[in-house]
Amino acid sequence: MNNAQTSEPQSKIRSLEHRALSLRRHVLRMAERVGQGYVGQGLGIADLLAVLYFDEMKYDAKNLKWSDRDRFVLSIGHYSIGLYAALAEAGVIEIDELDTYGADESRLEMSGSEITPGFEMTGGSLGHGLGQAVGMALGLRLDKRQARIFTLLSDGELQEGATWEAAMAAAHYSLDGLFAFIDCNNQQADGPPARVLNVEPVHQKWEAFGWDTQRIDGNNIGALVDAIDRAKTVNGKPHAIVLDTLMGKGVRAFEQREKNHFIRVDASEWSALREQLESGMTPSGDERIS
Amino acid sequence: MNNMSKLSTPGVTGNILSSDTYGAEKTENAPFGTALIRVAETNPHIVGLTADLGKYTDIHLFAERFPERFFQMGMAEQNLIGAASGLARTGFIPFATTYCVFATRRAYDFIAIGAALGQANVKIIAGLPGLTTGYGGTHQGIEDLALMRSIPNLTVIDPCDATELAQVIPVIAEHPGPVYMRLLRGQVPVTLDPAGYQFELGKAKLLCDGNDVAIISTGLMTARALKAVDQLAGQGIQAALLHVSTLKPFDVESIISLLRRVPRVVTAENHVITGGLASAVADAVTNGGIPVRMRRIGIPDVFCDSGSIPYLINRYQLDATSISAAALELVRS
Repeated sequence: MNNAQTSEPQSKIRSLEHRALSLRRHVLRMAERVGQGYVGQGLGIADLLAVLYFDEMKYDAKNLKWSDRDRFVLSIGHYSIGLYAALAEAGVIEIDELDTYGADESRLEMSGSEITPGFEMTGGSLGHGLGQAVGMALGLRLDKRQARIFTLLSDGELQEGATWEAAMAAAHYSLDGLFAFIDCNNQQADGPPARVLNVEPVHQKWEAFGWDTQRIDGNNIGALVDAIDRAKTVNGKPHAIVLDTLMGKGVRAFEQREKNHFIRVDASEWSALREQLESGMTPSGDERIS
Repeated sequence: MNNMSKLSTPGVTGNILSSDTYGAEKTENAPFGTALIRVAETNPHIVGLTADLGKYTDIHLFAERFPERFFQMGMAEQNLIGAASGLARTGFIPFATTYCVFATRRAYDFIAIGAALGQANVKIIAGLPGLTTGYGGTHQGIEDLALMRSIPNLTVIDPCDATELAQVIPVIAEHPGPVYMRLLRGQVPVTLDPAGYQFELGKAKLLCDGNDVAIISTGLMTARALKAVDQLAGQGIQAALLHVSTLKPFDVESIISLLRRVPRVVTAENHVITGGLASAVADAVTNGGIPVRMRRIGIPDVFCDSGSIPYLINRYQLDATSISAAALELVRS
């Protein structure tokens, strides 16, 4: 990872990279227990969640209903594995609960829902997140609160028409407290969007819908921090930050898999995968940087 | 049918804006919009939304009175319900209006997941229920109650008239949780006496008592059922009339109690006869183990014609005479 261009102090970037590595460890831990899961998504989005939960968002892990909290709205419910990792790291749920991922009677469902503390709504039926985020942003503004909404969508989800209904409304109402991250990992259930149903040009679409738009390397902590800082200087428009991410980021075997929308792994393989994560993802400035 | 309507012209479909007063002697203008303003005067959490149907759902009155609390979402029903759910999650009580067909067909998943699964405090107010528009299958909300009744956590209400509509609004504003309410708009008949009727969520109301035959009705069909009761009385038949405006939760107790005593029942609904009131009554008596004879007045399993309201009511036999004829048949056979 090269963060040379960032304006942020390297100590902050390194600290967030350590958080992202912790999140990735949690993701592997969850998936290893059940031998499967949306591991590629969880690893790919760990950098964004590290930045949001450990730098940008204001929230109280012990008072989740605090009215002035910033809200994280997960539209893509199957990315829940990543959010569970962040919530555990943040102290919202116990780390040990991660071992129940996908198990019967667990609150940590494979496609996450609001039964889990820290989930603001139920996504997973795709195309729901942005509309609810718009409603929350309208509500917070009406209530004269400064709290912001951060929502996570995916590239495949842009095929859902409801996303664009909400995009139009957010721009119409000038919701500049709304930040939408669009994870372009180039993989949906039936293959790459370019083959399933092309969603590009993503950047131009959001721009044309009236959003303040950037497109960055979503696995670069420094770039994420900078992009959010830049977005915050733009008033009167909602903010789209399009993230190019690598599915399975940090575990070479997953990064290189052709089909990694949902991953099943034999029990015998996990220790090698964990080793790949530890050897490949040491934060920048440390000796083992790859 | 000659005096069925003051505004509809028999033989002509007419403008969708037309309110049909079905020959009512007394009407009230925009009871929903007026009641919503009244509630919002004292409850600052009430907000309104619509999907380009403000004027057609009477919420334009609220928008004029509280412009800062009103959100026009354009022709985007999924986002209408989605944004309403988001507003509810920040502590507001959104009333979201569109037509039955658009709410329940276009935005079903958003009602099920955004509003109902999360028990968001969203009130969906849906116009043009059943055959209250001359436009055809695209605009007539004939199966919405069936769709909404099957969603867990959702309260479903089909008010009878202006009196009940005005009473429902403050009740659902206070009731925490998602609600789907059918809307009568414009000049709405006053059938129930506001001095003598009080809507209660989840409670059926016995409007007339009798031991010969029971009529169970919902929505505007209760006005026609009242006429049917009069027609039957003229023939010496004493009919009981139970008005069920809350379809969910369904007042099984009142239904069982009535039908144990009077095991001949005609159901009357402005809706297809599958999945709505008739089905709910059939479920109740089957589960209750009560042998009853039953006739169902409602729309058959078809998409309906377009045409004038009087034509449609006659064509699909949703008039008072069809109700009383079914009751007579039960009594005499």
